[in-house]
Amino acid sequence: MKSWRAQVLVCAGAGCVSSGCRKIRDAIVAGVENHGLKQEVKVIETGCIGSCNLGPLVLINPEGVLYQKLTPEDARDIVAEHLAGGKLVERLLYKDPLTGRPVARLEEIDFFKYQQKIVLRNCGLIDPMNIEEYVAREGYQALHKVLTSMTPEKVVDEIIDSGLRGRGGAGFSTGLKWKFARQAQGALKYVVCNADEGDPGAFMDRSVLEGDPHSVIEAMAIAGYTIGSSQGYVYIRAEYPLAIERLEWAIRQARERKYLGRNIFGTGFDFDVEIRIGAGAFVCGEETALLTSIEGRRGEPRPRPPFPAVKGLFGFPTLINNVETYANIPAIILKGAQWFASFGTEKSKGTKVFALAGSVINTGLVEVPMGTTLRDLVFKIGGGIMDKKQFKAAQTGGPSGGCIPAEHLDIPIDYESLTRIGAIVGSGGLIITDENTCIVDFARFFMDFTQSESCGKCPPCRIGTKRILEILIRITQGRGREDDIDRLVELCNNIKDTALCGLGQTAPNPVLTTIKYFRDEYLEHINDKHCRAGVCRRLKKQAAVKIS
Amino acid sequence: MENQGCSCAPINEEDLYPKIEEIINQHRGNQNALIMVLHKAQNLFGYLPGRVQEMVSLGLGVPLSEVYGVATFYAFFSMVPKGRHEIKVCLGTACYVRGGQKIVEYLEKGLGVRVGDTTKDRRFSLNEVRCVGACSLAPAVLVNDDVYAQVDPAKVDEILVKYE
Amino acid sequence: MVTLTIDGQKVQVEEGTTILEAARKVNVRIPTLCYLPEVQAIGACRVCLVEVEGNRNLQPACVFPASEGLVVHTNNLRVRRARKFSVEMIVSDHPMDDCLTCPRNQKCELQKLADDLGIREVKFTGEKSGGQIDDLSPSIVRDQTKCILCRRCVTVCKEVQTVSAIYTQGRGFKTRVEPAFGRSLNDVSCTLCGQCILVCPVGAITEKENIEEVWHAIFDPSKFVVIQDAPAVRAALGEEFGYPPGTLVTGKMLAAVRRLGFNRVFDTNFAADLTIIEEGSELLKRIREGGVLPMITSCSPGWIKFIEHFYPDLLPHLSTCKSPHQMLGALTKTYYAEKAGIDPRDIVVVSVMPCTAKKFECSRPEMAGSGYRDVDYVITTRELAKMIRQAGIDFAGLENGYYDDPLGEYTGAATIFGATGGVMEAALRTACEVATGKTLENLDFQAVRGLDGIKEAVVPVDGIGNVKVAVAHGLGNARKIMERIKDGTADYHFIEIMCCPGGCVSGGGQPVPVNDEIRRLRAQALYQEDKNLKIRKSHENPSIKRIYEEFLGQPLGEKSHHLLHTKYTARGRF
Ligand SMILES: Cc1cc2nc3c(=O)[nH]c(=O)nc-3n(C[C@H](O)[C@H](O)[C@H](O)COP(=O)(O)O)c2cc1C
Ligand code: SF4
Ligand code: SF4
Ligand code: SF4
Ligand code: SF4
Ligand code: SF4
Ligand code: SF4
Ligand code: SF4
Ligand code: SF4
Ligand code: FES
Ligand code: FES
Ligand code: FES
Repeated sequence: MKSWRAQVLVCAGAGCVSSGCRKIRDAIVAGVENHGLKQEVKVIETGCIGSCNLGPLVLINPEGVLYQKLTPEDARDIVAEHLAGGKLVERLLYKDPLTGRPVARLEEIDFFKYQQKIVLRNCGLIDPMNIEEYVAREGYQALHKVLTSMTPEKVVDEIIDSGLRGRGGAGFSTGLKWKFARQAQGALKYVVCNADEGDPGAFMDRSVLEGDPHSVIEAMAIAGYTIGSSQGYVYIRAEYPLAIERLEWAIRQARERKYLGRNIFGTGFDFDVEIRIGAGAFVCGEETALLTSIEGRRGEPRPRPPFPAVKGLFGFPTLINNVETYANIPAIILKGAQWFASFGTEKSKGTKVFALAGSVINTGLVEVPMGTTLRDLVFKIGGGIMDKKQFKAAQTGGPSGGCIPAEHLDIPIDYESLTRIGAIVGSGGLIITDENTCIVDFARFFMDFTQSESCGKCPPCRIGTKRILEILIRITQGRGREDDIDRLVELCNNIKDTALCGLGQTAPNPVLTTIKYFRDEYLEHINDKHCRAGVCRRLKKQAAVKIS
Repeated sequence: MENQGCSCAPINEEDLYPKIEEIINQHRGNQNALIMVLHKAQNLFGYLPGRVQEMVSLGLGVPLSEVYGVATFYAFFSMVPKGRHEIKVCLGTACYVRGGQKIVEYLEKGLGVRVGDTTKDRRFSLNEVRCVGACSLAPAVLVNDDVYAQVDPAKVDEILVKYE
Repeated sequence: MVTLTIDGQKVQVEEGTTILEAARKVNVRIPTLCYLPEVQAIGACRVCLVEVEGNRNLQPACVFPASEGLVVHTNNLRVRRARKFSVEMIVSDHPMDDCLTCPRNQKCELQKLADDLGIREVKFTGEKSGGQIDDLSPSIVRDQTKCILCRRCVTVCKEVQTVSAIYTQGRGFKTRVEPAFGRSLNDVSCTLCGQCILVCPVGAITEKENIEEVWHAIFDPSKFVVIQDAPAVRAALGEEFGYPPGTLVTGKMLAAVRRLGFNRVFDTNFAADLTIIEEGSELLKRIREGGVLPMITSCSPGWIKFIEHFYPDLLPHLSTCKSPHQMLGALTKTYYAEKAGIDPRDIVVVSVMPCTAKKFECSRPEMAGSGYRDVDYVITTRELAKMIRQAGIDFAGLENGYYDDPLGEYTGAATIFGATGGVMEAALRTACEVATGKTLENLDFQAVRGLDGIKEAVVPVDGIGNVKVAVAHGLGNARKIMERIKDGTADYHFIEIMCCPGGCVSGGGQPVPVNDEIRRLRAQALYQEDKNLKIRKSHENPSIKRIYEEFLGQPLGEKSHHLLHTKYTARGRF
């Protein structure tokens, strides 16, 4: 393989695309040509590098220098000064928010320093549109290893031993799930990837599919071999056109190289993957609803049992995992269960990717070992709260998750710890709020979401969430009643216990946790008709409305 | 239902029917292809005219009531013609926290329509979406397929002039 | 077999049996709402929740499969609270002031549940999801404000009837059950069979009542009001007055309608016998002259509407015979009017039918061969029961009544029309005898009885050869046969099709509830009446003989053609 003096990685994740990275790439490519560097410098478009709020950005390897918030002129300067001239372009470097000093190398930037990349091992490093780059980084080696030297039972054991748990939200042991799907009897079986990512404020799965689609395809093939399936489906939301495009491209390339199709690696194993596109329904992230949606019908959940592993797509045993879950698999196969299990906590192994957003300084995609504290995420990686505001709460797990107040900032992020305080790890959406957020309005926002996304099948969710929403609206409009909090708690607890699917069962979480940790703010709204954040406009304000 | 703003269909809608017929034919009798075909129909027409739903029903062998049931279940499908450009303001959590609601209000006022409606001149349809995955650059606004990040009301007009 | 523990009691069942059924074995009745045996188990309403040890969530008993060692609690505080909550939620979106004016008042499953679960206040109030009232069809009224979205109607319409006139639309709080584009049932390919009414637990789907019109006719001194009742009615009416399913109440029914004030009481059965003669002649003619075969019965208007919508190309297969009550109506306004010297203009014919589709049928423009509408009003079995109650008649205390001559005489063959296979059996009895001139030894054609979806028989008939027949009931089965006719694999001579599963005994106008057990019992009652009758073959009915002599001339003759036969209309698919 040709060796380059320098590689310029231009992030072309959806975030950076919206910040205008295409022009940056064009400017760099033109500059490289003008300076006669075409033989020495390679320009690569990558998936999300992680720090989307710094985009458009480029990373220059092998030095690992990051330039941020670029304009096309800046790009020309980088070529002239850095690539041709060998000097850092200081004004375009990242500035440490505390000291204001420029930091040149990516790995010295706090945002990247504390991360541990397993899932995102290739994201932002390779060109997702070029399968060679994936292959060059041990791509499809895991599939080869599995097909040529491992029995399905061995694969199952390896995944069980790794301690990997589903990253789609529920945290069920992935290895066990594979085991059940393997044991299930069926003339056909299916492997499904859940790329619906409906949690608003989350973009982990999107970034993986945009930045490293082959890792998911490879893992699905491994799963196919393990459970005895030769057909996979990726169910992806229509809101992600770029991810769909790259995944389609990757599948085509994988077929051409015979990593998909008949007789893979000459082992007699057949596997192929098709894409199914969602149509705007959050509930279709729920596994039974998702399968129904692939079948072309209304995406309504159904009771389990029977679980998809026994009776899933078209009535056949089906393994369904999340994008991030799959992305872990090739690494586990190649490096071993023990290696994977060395990350994380006792019961939550490995890493977790979070989509850090909201009122933190550094937003973007971060991957940290399980057990990292919330404080580290917000203050070390996130760089703290914008505009010198106070941290108010963190919402994990989106509309199904809970709200974590400042008093729990030191909680380690793992499945057990978060459940203990009423929150969940969830899929990885992590929204940070500051004092400008009204907590009652925040709860109302989530309830508005789940209410409008309820499929309508069961009364507790269809009607119950509506009743909750009505009360919350009333409170934010200054018409709260004394017994409203009790009513809310009663509704919430009952809905959790009676709703058919996870959507309804978790919809009350944001309300329950905000009541638990911010009861005084509810009481202020109800009794004093006062909104301290100034968001509820029909109430008395303290500060002027200001959302940056 | 039909009288949302303006009901004049694009002049060339008639020309699209043979095309959708062709698409339907590729999936004839395959009930599982319903959502896929509706996607294609909506791409073609910009919405799902009743006649198209009837054609899909006959072609795929899915009862009309069920075609309509699917079309009304998924937020992506529309029963009314849209404007030439579709503005979608993200009201996902990140964007909401960062002020997405203000953009909605600004646009409602500026365009003189409510969310879900189309301007009289059919230039714009205004809609909300729940997260387009640009959360780290919240708030986000989409016009057709273009994503605009870190939008604030002041930037909105600047964006819209690009769309005739 | 597996053993599980339900409320401390051990019970053995087949693996996979639902907890709901397993619980019945130890005499535990778990309340249900969306569950409908034989039709639907979707776990939607959350009324049947139970606690299964080891499961974090409560589980719906209607779908949760029994497995070895399960420990189930069906009645503890958590379960009680959960069930109550599910119903409270429904109640909170229900027009709770409407019970007194609701057609389902006192027969409503929601009312009963609310009472059983001890709901004593409407705890959670707020916006109601609302909806429209669709009363445009002549047969059925849908009141969406009362719909609790249990989807029983959706499933019966889609899975059993394969019509899918209605479906779940929209989502979330605004979810509705209705036809595409919010259309009326009247404007879609609904067959108006009323099977959805039978399964609706509440008053969201009901027949369009014609009770008031009938009362007005009765009390109009210038009108001569004739009532006729279908065979299936007498096998089910009793249930409305507390008799067990399968009780035949012909005599009390006749006494009751006479007390209601009808001037004459005729029997649709008479016309059923007539149908056999006309239809049988038509069949023989088609076989001999090479007409369109297989010929299919035409006495079920729900079925007629179905074929008109879905298989218009196959309409020539239908017998041209009107349904029996229309025949009887036409004869009442001609033959009888003449005989009794009454101006047909003053005659009002009221049919009591197990059927909602017949309300539509009697309004079809072609159903007026005499120049007057054959039948003026169709009321259902349920409506007749209401009239009897309204009139303050003590049903149980009545002495047996009687039918009036000459349109009240009937045979056993006619009576079994009400059950699936009955028309076929009646036809075979006559065909065999008429064609061969010999007396049949065994009148019971068991092969066409019972609830199998499609029944077949080959009957050797001298002079014709082997006659191949088939019987289908429920439109799903009808559809299967139609597909076979289309692809040329249905080499039958004659097919009986009834729109409603089980035939008219479980028509859309019959008392609720209906299930296969009740279907069987009601049919049994009709077969019993058949057995008890002296004359069991249509062609032996003396009044039938007389009417041909006095009035009709001969089967398929000029008068018959006018009064007893009809034509069909191809309708759109949508
Ligand atoms: C309302 C709802 C939405 C969900 N959305 C998603 C989603 O967008 N992506 C996802 O991977 N899992 C989602 N899940 C979880 C899935 O049901 C399922 O547990 C998951 O795909 C299993 O994969 P895993 O074991 O790899 O986590 C959702 C669950 C519920 C109840
Ligand atoms: S909980 Fe909500 S989303 Fe889930 S089945 Fe019930 S109504 Fe549908
Ligand atoms: S869960 Fe649903 S189907 Fe089962 S008994 Fe309850 S209402 Fe019926
Ligand atoms: S449907 Fe039942 S609960 Fe509702 S108004 Fe009628 S009788 Fe009352
Ligand atoms: S049941 Fe109760 S509410 Fe209904 S009429 Fe009787 S007293 Fe009134
Ligand atoms: S009347 Fe029959 S066809 Fe019409 S909606 Fe009801 S069940 Fe379906
Ligand atoms: S109309 Fe009746 S049967 Fe149909 S969904 Fe509504 S309540 Fe259930
Ligand atoms: S078809 Fe049904 S309603 Fe008509 S006569 Fe026969 S039993 Fe009676
Ligand atoms: S089977 Fe009987 S009740 Fe049902 S539609 Fe036909 S005639 Fe009416
Ligand atoms: S999209 Fe470029 S850094 Fe995330
Ligand atoms: S919340 Fe707006 S893009 Fe994700
Ligand atoms: S009866 Fe079991 S959920 Fe409705």
